[in-house]
Amino acid sequence: MAKLIVHQEKIDNIKELLALCPFGALEEQNGQVNINAACKMCQICVKKGPSGAIEYTADTLQKIDKTQWQGIAVYVDHVDGVIHPVTYELLGKARELSKKINQPVYALFIGSNITTKSHELLHYGVDKAYIYDTPSLEHFKIEAYTAAFEDFIHHIKPTAILVGATTIGRQLAPRIAARFGTGLTADCTILEMRENTDLVQIRPAFGGNIMAQILTPNHRPQIATVRYKVMNIPKRQPDEHGEIITCFINEEKLHCNVQVLNVVPKEKEKFIDSAEVLIVAGRGVKKQADLEMLQELADLLGGQVASTRPITEAGWLDAKHQVGLSGRTVRPKLIITCGVSGSVQFVAGMNHSDVIMSINKDPKANIFQVANYGLVGDIYEIIPKLIEKIKIAKGVSA
Amino acid sequence: MEILVCIKQVPGTNEVKIDPITGVLNRNGVDSKMNPYDLYALETALRLKEKYGGTVSVISMGPPQAQAIIYEAYSMGADNGALVSDRKFGGSDVLATSYTLSQGITKFGKFDLIICGKQTTDGDTAQVGPEISEYLKIPSVCNVAKIISANETSIIVEMDMPHHIETLQVNFPCLLTVEKDIFQPRLPSYIKKIASQKQNIQILSLHDFDDQNEKKYGLSGSPTQVQRIFPPTIAKNRELWQNSSLVLTDKMFEKIKELKFME
Repeated sequence: MAKLIVHQEKIDNIKELLALCPFGALEEQNGQVNINAACKMCQICVKKGPSGAIEYTADTLQKIDKTQWQGIAVYVDHVDGVIHPVTYELLGKARELSKKINQPVYALFIGSNITTKSHELLHYGVDKAYIYDTPSLEHFKIEAYTAAFEDFIHHIKPTAILVGATTIGRQLAPRIAARFGTGLTADCTILEMRENTDLVQIRPAFGGNIMAQILTPNHRPQIATVRYKVMNIPKRQPDEHGEIITCFINEEKLHCNVQVLNVVPKEKEKFIDSAEVLIVAGRGVKKQADLEMLQELADLLGGQVASTRPITEAGWLDAKHQVGLSGRTVRPKLIITCGVSGSVQFVAGMNHSDVIMSINKDPKANIFQVANYGLVGDIYEIIPKLIEKIKIAKGVSA
Repeated sequence: MEILVCIKQVPGTNEVKIDPITGVLNRNGVDSKMNPYDLYALETALRLKEKYGGTVSVISMGPPQAQAIIYEAYSMGADNGALVSDRKFGGSDVLATSYTLSQGITKFGKFDLIICGKQTTDGDTAQVGPEISEYLKIPSVCNVAKIISANETSIIVEMDMPHHIETLQVNFPCLLTVEKDIFQPRLPSYIKKIASQKQNIQILSLHDFDDQNEKKYGLSGSPTQVQRIFPPTIAKNRELWQNSSLVLTDKMFEKIKELKFME
């Protein structure tokens, strides 16, 4: 049982100590410092407070035998057998992590009519692909998939499991984590492996303003979800390597309280908040027809066109496309601003984008304070040439 | 229909910075509020009650000041509320939180439907809903974008997947996590707000639970541990290129390729 003990006599400045706690869990009552229920045991007060003022004590936990858990497994995310590419990214990562501890890489594929499709996995560094293939697993149903997953873990006992943070993965992983009473870290951006097989899980917290490094030091399996395009996709090997292992599970275990009534494909709806690439039109775009050029670039990069306030106010694009404080906040992987000056209000809506590229004629434009790559130039010269280059590279007719 | 909504009090803003010298996390002492995603869960519950009858209860795990959001829920129309609070829950990760809440829910009442928001603005994990449903041994559906209909034994919902929508029928008791924008949350009613001041909040702590084993709660009950926190190394890299448009285009093209946006 871990707890924090306050040694009042070691506290010289109460106010200073209280201010250390980011969660407001330290309070003063009658000249004494108390810890209230808001405490998250982050131990900042222990580390940064007066030496010994707040003491962290923990009973020694019974350590688990980590050698019982071997292998890094990747859940194969799919819909109707079409494997989501995040799976391959995670297989690549799993291979990298496994080298550190000299353990195998597994894939877990749950569904119906998937056995032939599972061969594709053997091009990505899988030692063993475990397949649960039965009609009862045709559509994702939480209870049935959790049961199959559980069966896999009981038999194979991997030390770590990586799951794509997709709609399915984000529901399935926590269910499994709770079933095994183990740790799950969501949306990891960095993963590393320690020699003692502890998985180092790093993820953003507080909306991305800080990074947290998390361990599951005394539970197995260690589970982490990772979003698509965070890890690099490995090269597909021309030959198949590894084994496909068919697994059986008692149909009774696949009984569900959820019935799938209907599956309807969605119309391709686009909202700028979900776009991975955004091309933003600013005042530097001189007429509405010129937006077509930006749209073409957007299409080539798999993105969408967005606007700044002046463009919306001119009626060239509706407010749904506007980025900024009074518009939408976006965090695309790539944002290319075209003729955008970069007002404070605009920047507030996009400055957490992963990569910011900006083109503007004015070298003093505010946007260059924020852009990772600033181009002092004319969008009317750069964009058309860029479009041509991309088309040639992609083998699309110019 | 007996409905329970899980709600959480979160910081008013995520504006936190790590002092680069002391490494201390600085939160600009801002007000707390109800997790915005939970408002959608609460609104869903209230609409279901309006349509099918029954009661809407809310439960939250947090320090005593979290009672504020339960009162807020009352002023929107919730009927009952419970706060699960105990110093011994301090330091809980997702697993311990979910276990604690599931123990609290079991003591609080019997519910046909539990509704949670998609995620919180401070934790961002979106895991507590599904983990609670696992502990309560009930089915769960996440990403619910629409409620189609319900009867005494089940509910029909639409689950929002990236490329399609699945219509699912789920038997009670079950848990749903709902998408933002499933409904437009109502504003608190002034009349209800006044009335809510007289309403009770049930406080549940460890000694009320069936499972009194302290090792299952708080830090001891948390398999994950935050080892350290550090400021993100956001590419503070800024390059300014000034050149002919041909050269600029080349550089831009190469960079886009290098960063893999061409795939």
